Amino acid sequence: MAKVDWPAAEKRSLIGKRISRADGPAKSTGAAKYSYDVNRPGLLYAKLVTSPHPHAEVVSIDTSAAEGMPGVKAVWKETETKEAQYAGQILAAVAATTEEIAAEAIHRIKVEYKPLDHQVVDDNAELSKDRPSQRENGNVQEALSKAGKVIEGEYGLPVITHCCLEPHGQVTEIRDGELYVWPSTQNVSRYTDRLGEAVGVDQNKIHVECQNMGGGFGSKFNFDKWGTIGGLLAKQSGRPVKLMLDRDLELMIAGNRPSAYAKIKVGAQPDGTVTVVDAEVWGTGGMGGYNAPPVPYVFTKIPNTRLTGKGIRTNRGGQRAWRAPNHPQGCFLTMSAFADLAAALGIDELDFLLKNVAQTDRPEVYTEELKLAAELIGYKQKAHPRGDKTPGPIKRGLGLAIHTWGGRGHDSECDVTINSDGSVEAKIGTQDLGVGTRTCVGMVVAETLGLPLESIKVEIGKNDYPRSGGSGGSTTIGGISVSSRTAATEALNALLAVVAGRLGTGADNLEAVGGSLRQIDKPDNKIAWKEACGLLGPNPVTKRGVNKPGESEQAKLISQGVGGAQIADVSVDIETGIVTINEMVAVQDCGLIINPKLAESQVYGSLIMGITYALFEEAVYDSKTGRMLNADMEFYRLAGIKDVGKLKVHMMTGKGYDDRGVIGLGEPPVISPGAAIANAVANAVGVRVPYLPLTPDRVITALQKGGAA
Amino acid sequence: MSDENDPVKPAAVSRRGFLKGIGLGTAATGLISAATPIAEAATRDGNVRGPGEIPVSLKINGQNRNLNLEPRVTLLDALRNRLDLTGCKKVCDRGTCGACTVLVDGHPVYSCSMLALEAEGREITTVEGIGTPDKMNAVQKAFVEHDAQQCGFCTPGFVVSCTAFVRRHPNASLDDVRAGLGGNLCRCGTYAGMVLAVVDAAKAKGGA
Repeated sequence: MAKVDWPAAEKRSLIGKRISRADGPAKSTGAAKYSYDVNRPGLLYAKLVTSPHPHAEVVSIDTSAAEGMPGVKAVWKETETKEAQYAGQILAAVAATTEEIAAEAIHRIKVEYKPLDHQVVDDNAELSKDRPSQRENGNVQEALSKAGKVIEGEYGLPVITHCCLEPHGQVTEIRDGELYVWPSTQNVSRYTDRLGEAVGVDQNKIHVECQNMGGGFGSKFNFDKWGTIGGLLAKQSGRPVKLMLDRDLELMIAGNRPSAYAKIKVGAQPDGTVTVVDAEVWGTGGMGGYNAPPVPYVFTKIPNTRLTGKGIRTNRGGQRAWRAPNHPQGCFLTMSAFADLAAALGIDELDFLLKNVAQTDRPEVYTEELKLAAELIGYKQKAHPRGDKTPGPIKRGLGLAIHTWGGRGHDSECDVTINSDGSVEAKIGTQDLGVGTRTCVGMVVAETLGLPLESIKVEIGKNDYPRSGGSGGSTTIGGISVSSRTAATEALNALLAVVAGRLGTGADNLEAVGGSLRQIDKPDNKIAWKEACGLLGPNPVTKRGVNKPGESEQAKLISQGVGGAQIADVSVDIETGIVTINEMVAVQDCGLIINPKLAESQVYGSLIMGITYALFEEAVYDSKTGRMLNADMEFYRLAGIKDVGKLKVHMMTGKGYDDRGVIGLGEPPVISPGAAIANAVANAVGVRVPYLPLTPDRVITALQKGGAA
Repeated sequence: MSDENDPVKPAAVSRRGFLKGIGLGTAATGLISAATPIAEAATRDGNVRGPGEIPVSLKINGQNRNLNLEPRVTLLDALRNRLDLTGCKKVCDRGTCGACTVLVDGHPVYSCSMLALEAEGREITTVEGIGTPDKMNAVQKAFVEHDAQQCGFCTPGFVVSCTAFVRRHPNASLDDVRAGLGGNLCRCGTYAGMVLAVVDAAKAKGGA
């Protein structure tokens, strides 16, 4: 009988191999259908009316002119609230036979507003009206007075958005009392939540399907207001309705990463051992509450720490989880202050981190990863004390950061069916955000059954399939790999029990290898896969595998807690303030890697996303009008192909890593880039540029303030 | 709420047929006053079309497709909403990100920034016309091989741009690729694989 465990390295046929994603050809040819691409017969297109004011009383909404327009089939207006709390808040919607008619119709809806006072400024701690949060360990005052060296600095990162290329939204259709919805979601099994209640359809009559989705990054878990409106418009019109956010709304209301600004004091002994961190952090998550990011980050064993958090409520679109929530902020604030302290002490920044990794949860891992990263980027040859002294306007520097993440697999169920014709299906209510989930399910099942990947039909993306968790917290790979491994193993065992008689041995003495079932101690005694399945007769074998995270962790199938080290090599033109990435190196662990090719893609992608928020991204709000000034893709800039420099990724594998089981990877490598790049800029130009993104104006301002330009 | 502009229920009389009817009949009918603005415009300048839906004929992936569209409909919306050619994506909808790229007479064009009727009489190639999952071109194969895609939403636009780029620059260096593909954006961060894919595809002779 096959066991539910991970095969030893020498026995793996697929796991750990560099296999191209199974849906690559569909994506590269445009054949892959995203939710935005679902065109149902009789489809209507919806457009939204949103508040132009950041804060206003909504006096009245008159939709009559739109209702009379030819082609308009359904109209919705807000009745539950009389207050718009941010620009972009949805107040009315129309569904029409063409997108053009819908776009015209929303201009005929008259909304009367009474503007109210607004507040969108998030970088001034004095604007916080909430009671501050405070956490203290040890005795900060005493430690500060006793430290050999104390530095004090101010740092900050602004609100950024998710900017998913496929916007939020869905196609909704109600037929015979059943609601069919194709949302762009990272949460197929639990997307419905209370959608049924909102639309007036029984919750058990909702069918969710999302075969491909164009990016979520933490912002696509819920059905959202537009999910409700789409359902109501479909109900009213009796026709399917496509409601996808326009780009400006996508940037304004569908995802914000909270900002974080801080005053930080760090004290150390003369040898560089950090003894105390005192941080006051403020920022905004929109109208909701604020959780201050962890400072100190990673170095959780520093004896004396104090973190004061001050939330600023602003009339901006609400916050959503953004890839590794609060970690990039905590990392940037902590690593910036640490690098400044190292520079003040005249200690090399790599040596400084190596000295202090003893104060993290995983010192050995960070030591190994930092040394590897240093080797890969040629640290010894390139490093210099803060401030590149070579003549000319181009200054070059290196910067480092380390990060951590959990990544324990989520609850997940999977059905594997072996049919008598030898075909195999895996069904699982998960989703593929582009990380290769579909491919990994197929690889695990194929590995378990000793079959080629192509012979497994993997079906994901429907809530009618066995429930699997949402893709948040880097929990998907751990969850789906265990549930699919378990289901495939149990289905195989059922088949082995049938085959055992034919081969004249016990099922315990059989294994599935290379398209055959064979006797372990007498491999020549075997039966081909298809022939074996023929013995099943008319009834296929279907088994359900379940990942129970606690049990799987005990069984070492999955684990949690990863590290990672990154080093950036940048050039800064001190005349123009332009920062150029020469090279970035990422060293990352994530336990047993199912598919290194896809895993590396996650890390490359994280570096690029990190370069983007380090250099370009900021949701710019105008304090007078309270509106986002760059809700488009010209001025809310993403890094292009020429902006990213040379990238190197090294995944930790082998002993000490593989034996931990599978751990999630999507989030950790996006944490360090901002910190590493900012530290590299400081190392290059000799002064700290305290605020991200590192735009030319911020660089020049810091140079002028620091007397370097 | 009427069905007058409903594309799923084709109108009994097309706009062209209606105008023809006016032209052929004598001017002395009661119809003419209702249609006066259009008829006058048509008289003054034969190129003025619309408002309202007009017949538009497009040659897409080698096939002639006849549509009735309002003149303001972009090529992107015509492809996606009327022809179910959804490989081109709507992302920024204003000529920044390149996700809607198609070839017009062999040149990459942002289809969000061209009206469908501007594309009449020209050869339009969408990503679907470049290759299929069973028969990919060199660029598409290289994208799969180098994993130059994650969520894949930007991928078709990049594939179209890269196909045009490789045809024009068969000996492209890494730096050429970085400069040449600046008109497309990716959010997942697939550029590392993409650069390698394009160089590979160039080596495979033109990518066609």
